[in-house]
Amino acid sequence: MLMEQLVTSFIASACFGIIFNVPKRSIVQCGLVGSVAWLLYFVTTENGGDPVPASFAASLVAGVISIAFAKRYKTPVLVFIIGGIIPLVPGGLAYNAMRYFAENKYNLAVEEAAKVFLIAGAIAMGIVFSEVLNQIYRSVLLFLKRKG
Amino acid sequence: MKSSLKISEVCLLAGKIMLESGAETYRVEDTMVRIAASFGAENAESYVTPTGIIFSLQGGESPKTNIIRVVKRTTDLNKIAAVNHLSREISAGKWTVEQALVELKRIEKEPLLYSPALQIFVSALASACFLIMFRGQWGDFFPAFFTGGIGYFWFLTVDRLAKVRFFSEFSASVVIALAAAFFVRIGWGAETDKIIIGSVMPLVPGLLITNAIRDLMAGHLVAGIARGAEAFLTAFAIGSGVAMVQMFL
Repeated sequence: MLMEQLVTSFIASACFGIIFNVPKRSIVQCGLVGSVAWLLYFVTTENGGDPVPASFAASLVAGVISIAFAKRYKTPVLVFIIGGIIPLVPGGLAYNAMRYFAENKYNLAVEEAAKVFLIAGAIAMGIVFSEVLNQIYRSVLLFLKRKG
Repeated sequence: MKSSLKISEVCLLAGKIMLESGAETYRVEDTMVRIAASFGAENAESYVTPTGIIFSLQGGESPKTNIIRVVKRTTDLNKIAAVNHLSREISAGKWTVEQALVELKRIEKEPLLYSPALQIFVSALASACFLIMFRGQWGDFFPAFFTGGIGYFWFLTVDRLAKVRFFSEFSASVVIALAAAFFVRIGWGAETDKIIIGSVMPLVPGLLITNAIRDLMAGHLVAGIARGAEAFLTAFAIGSGVAMVQMFL
């Protein structure tokens, strides 16, 4: 089960990289970021975790890895983070929300739509936090360099 | 210091390419100001929204402001990487203003790295993989593959013909919903909903939503709201396309 999630999320993220015209040398890294983020999300939610903090954690990890890749390969972070984010985007929930709207079940629709917004917000927060962590890390490194 | 008009031109073109390719607002503003500074224009101000850029060089005889309109937005990571790379090299002093302008024009015209056929194949593959990720059955893998491929092919074709993105997305999701229903009707697929969700993923504006919230958090309120609106329109197009089909079936 976990194996198939690992493989399909890697392929899906790499495919999205291609759809978004990622440079060829970065396709594999895209897939990697995506499958790591997805695995974290999947394992957390399978074991009863709430999707919102799971999305936050997964996108935080995706952000950290993407920043590391960006430095290593001298390529903008966006190139790698896309791979990580796409699997986390709540497509299924958004779909359900729209269906409920079409079926006039407005209460359920608003409930699902709220979850979509919360998850989207959690993903964005995860990315922002990863950037903050990076800043802290660099400040600490600079501080240590000055001292020693 | 070189002619400020030329520097403006370079910065605006760099910004336009990045914005049209889906870069974050802070990155576009940052890149434009950096390029200006590398060419000696220390006081540049850049105001970026998803629909246009205002750029001015302060100081000197008098501040000069230029504006460029941005009409279309896609996601093209190669161009963002290319402009970013150029900006780094400009900072290292490897390009003159004229050379940078020529190079930017080349980048602007650069076609996609991957053929439409490959893009469609890859969307189909992604759709099928998403089906499994959303806990669909393996028996639905190929129905999702074909539904996703047909949907994305339709989207690309209509987008080239009709210039209204909303219509391309709406009709593509109608086609996806019809194809999924068809496959299930003839007994090839089992779970219509999961097939549709997987197939629709290549159209879903995941990046747009994420960048919208990131822009808002970074204080780019206009850009954030504008992107959010665009994301909402896309989601609405997709959702209503599918809903419409399901109402009639």
